[in-house]
Amino acid sequence: MTSIGTGYDLSNSVFSPDGRNFQVEYAVKAVENGGTAIGIRCKDGVVLALEKLVGSKLLKKDANKRIATVDRNMGVVHSGLLPDGRHFVSRARDEAASWRSTYKAPIPVSSLANRMGAYVQAYTLYSSVRPFGITAIIGGWDAETEVDVDGAVGSGPKSGSGGKTEGAKQGGPYLYMIEPSGLYWGYYGAATGKGRQAAKAELEKLKLNPKDGDCISLEEGVKEAARIIYVAHEDSKDKDFELEMTWISAVNGPTKGRHEEVPKELREEAERLAKIALEGEDEEEEGKMEE
Amino acid sequence: MNHFPEAWGRPRDDIYGSYNPQFLPNSHAQQSGHPTTHTQSPIVTGTSVIAVKYKDGVVIAADNLASYGSLARFTDVHRLKPFNKKAVVGFGGDVSDMQYLDRLLNSLDVKENYSHGHDDAESDKALMSAKNLHTYLSKVMYKRRSDFNPLWNALLVCGLSEDGTPFLASVDLLGTTFSAPTLATGFGAHLAQPILRRVVPDEAASKALDKEAAVAAVKECMKVLFYRDARSMNEYSIAVVDKSGVDLKQKEKLEGQSWAFAEQIKGYGTQTV
Repeated sequence: MTSIGTGYDLSNSVFSPDGRNFQVEYAVKAVENGGTAIGIRCKDGVVLALEKLVGSKLLKKDANKRIATVDRNMGVVHSGLLPDGRHFVSRARDEAASWRSTYKAPIPVSSLANRMGAYVQAYTLYSSVRPFGITAIIGGWDAETEVDVDGAVGSGPKSGSGGKTEGAKQGGPYLYMIEPSGLYWGYYGAATGKGRQAAKAELEKLKLNPKDGDCISLEEGVKEAARIIYVAHEDSKDKDFELEMTWISAVNGPTKGRHEEVPKELREEAERLAKIALEGEDEEEEGKMEE
Repeated sequence: MNHFPEAWGRPRDDIYGSYNPQFLPNSHAQQSGHPTTHTQSPIVTGTSVIAVKYKDGVVIAADNLASYGSLARFTDVHRLKPFNKKAVVGFGGDVSDMQYLDRLLNSLDVKENYSHGHDDAESDKALMSAKNLHTYLSKVMYKRRSDFNPLWNALLVCGLSEDGTPFLASVDLLGTTFSAPTLATGFGAHLAQPILRRVVPDEAASKALDKEAAVAAVKECMKVLFYRDARSMNEYSIAVVDKSGVDLKQKEKLEGQSWAFAEQIKGYGTQTV
């Protein structure tokens, strides 16, 4: 690395002469070693999936969940330094709770991403702290139905000003990814961690842009997510991993607008299909070799 | 007459001199010159909540009225709040304190779900039971009364306990807890409770009671309460909690009213005698 020995990488909040913050770049390196995490924004929901690398045979299977719930309708999956991720989630939950106490309504996913982006960015500004060693993917569903104010009693006046636009579309699926620099964008599909290159290549093949029509459904998304995690794992095949998947659907969908674990049967089915798809690919490659 | 309630019952200034704020903490003496006071009486109120345990679950009901003193101010206020699949809370007393508690329970539910998988029998076991919820609420209520700042409510917490048996208990603004096979708060404690006790005198009777009989008893009591309680209305909410979850109806109307009895009793309608 060219930065080593220049002295500009010793402290956070210090620019190098060519305008880089090396501590942030090192934090990105920490993320690049983590298990692959992806998020897919589908027509009727969001899927989050994680390649959870199992560090020891002594760890209980399917325990120690890594994808966290924030409020009721959002999930966070992260790759990189685990404790940093835990702190990130804890802060996200506090932000969601504080939004509720102010506005008496759940925080929109975009606002949570904005607040968490600002929070992560603040950790690049001071020499007393280091940047977050994680990239986090936030997925959620903003209710498309009329939501009562928290603690509301009664229905209020039937007439009078409401300040609402008739027929305006509200809510829907949202997906954001926040990097150690605090940079965040909204995505159709997001991937981070060790296998991100392979995962991104797969995500780009999916139909995710709703403007192009026939955007994939949540159930298809679950199957694709499982397959992509298996594809991304190909390069580190020697290591054991568990697939962790959660989803958030519309209010009238399977999770009723909540962030939940994908049911065991569906996950196992998705894993079975993923394994078949991988075997198929291997055979094709072998076929080409023979030609 | 002095129309400021905060002055009532205090020593007269012309005899004892005005209140000496010198002994108060600085923060108070500078701001108001009076000791801190908290809620002395509720403002917008809900009346009785009644509930009965039966063999598989609990039936609970409360009408949809929020009164402002004797004025029937809001007529679509739902005073039964489902917490999860296993628990419902019924609120009597101050409506704004009910809203506070509802938000508190909402944030509690959000926290409960952080480590909670999804909708299946296995995760249901980990749900907070009605018994857990009652313990929690009783501690909140007792803490507030000990701060001399009570939440002016009488609550019935009903549903299932951890082992799946029906659960019903109350907690009031003093943090007093009580449990029985039939319970009623407010005016209902005087009017509905004796009727309910006739149907369900003890735990054994409650274990023999079926759902239909329990619902019928509760509906009958709601009717009697509407006849006699001047802070009640004829639209009410009723919930049944059992193993299949919470079945909440919020727009029930009283059926089969008969006001014939009123003619023989002083105080009803336009009697002149």
